[in-house]
Amino acid sequence: MTGNAVREMIVIIMGAILVENFVLTKFLGICPFLGVSKKLSTSLGMGGAVIFVMTIASAATWVVNKFLLVRFGLEYLQTVAFILVIASLVQFVETVLKKVIPPLYKALGIYLPLITTNCAVLGVALLNIQLEYNLAKSTVYGFGAGVGFTLAMILFSGVRERIELCDIPESLKGLPITLIAAALVSVSFFGFQGLFQ
Amino acid sequence: MIQEIIMPAAVVGGLGIIFGVGLAYASKKFEVKVDETVARIREVLPGANCGACGQAGCDEFAESVAAGNCKVNGCPVGGQEVADKIAEILGVEAEEVSPQTARVMCRGSRTVSRTKFEYNGIEDCAAAAGLYGGPNACTYGCVGMGNCVRACAFDAIVIVNGLAWVAESRCTACGKCVAACPKKIIKLVPKSSQYSVTCSSLDRGNITRKNCDVGCIGCGRCVKVCPKSAITLENNLARIDPYKCENCGECIKVCPTNAISWIRCEDAVANVL
Repeated sequence: MTGNAVREMIVIIMGAILVENFVLTKFLGICPFLGVSKKLSTSLGMGGAVIFVMTIASAATWVVNKFLLVRFGLEYLQTVAFILVIASLVQFVETVLKKVIPPLYKALGIYLPLITTNCAVLGVALLNIQLEYNLAKSTVYGFGAGVGFTLAMILFSGVRERIELCDIPESLKGLPITLIAAALVSVSFFGFQGLFQ
Repeated sequence: MIQEIIMPAAVVGGLGIIFGVGLAYASKKFEVKVDETVARIREVLPGANCGACGQAGCDEFAESVAAGNCKVNGCPVGGQEVADKIAEILGVEAEEVSPQTARVMCRGSRTVSRTKFEYNGIEDCAAAAGLYGGPNACTYGCVGMGNCVRACAFDAIVIVNGLAWVAESRCTACGKCVAACPKKIIKLVPKSSQYSVTCSSLDRGNITRKNCDVGCIGCGRCVKVCPKSAITLENNLARIDPYKCENCGECIKVCPTNAISWIRCEDAVANVL
């Protein structure tokens, strides 16, 4: 790869992590973001699983799109086809991991099925097509998006562990204060807007 | 016209069939045989996933027992009844369950330990511990705000003079306090064990001595004197293995700081209540 291509890859990764963070800027994958971020350890496990799935899903959906959907002029079937691809892929990976790398299966195990139909994973697949990335760029973008998701989860789990100990007005307890906190974290991420041009 | 309907259906349907066949093949090819005894042991366990056995949950415990890494009587919640059932499944003799108790591995009450600052926040160990490690000079010691007391469903814990004490006669070893303690100084030990190093400080000896009168300074005298080699010294802290200890009491005689305590089941509480 030439220096230019490497720089482009770095910009894609950093952009996906900071500028266009899937959770905090694009608001995709909010369900696991709020559901699994209660503790640092679970958010790490979920983050690891998301990085893993997003990376391979980006590559797989790109191949399906290029050699199947585009060839037969069926681009409008992207959503259906991608969900099918991602779900089977995750299921397949889970089966293989269980047999081949049991420790990794134990670490990611319960989180893998949770992400099969996650909108962030589907989102990264669809965005790859919209942005007209090639195979390498798609994979890198998927990886970056996964890292961004993990970063958001880890940051937010820290915030939530702090909230647990705070004296919160009765009407805001639970989900309301969590959403407000999520909004504030999201606002802080807008500071990265225009970092890579 | 008909082409426009057949093509998408064929492509998506084809994808589905290919993936389905692939997954079916993969699940056969990569099949992991689940041990039947594990499943049967799992059934007789309480299923609360409390972690009192030291494993990550009932599934893990069932696996460990089947593999021989855990004792048949390892489940403190299920007690003798569950131990008998597991023994029957495995075809071994059930050992007697040694009842366990929670024990606070700290004796640093307000009188014998120093404080760093006065704490005026909410009465919660985790909150106090979050502020520069808590008001105690010793960052490993009991914070004394009573998280364990609130967690205990059996009224078996009291706070006296800024230190938690477990009434071992009432303790059922459910492990709720163990989980509630932000300093992780409450341990589950067999009730038969009468001697414990009641200190959790990993600081070097001189620092521990400065912070507290009854801290373990890691001198290692007890390690040398123990006839059963039940005591190990790690990170400036002595630990007595309750399963090796035969309650001879030699260690307590040589301890220069009284960091080893003699606890007979009732005594610890009788002193305080």
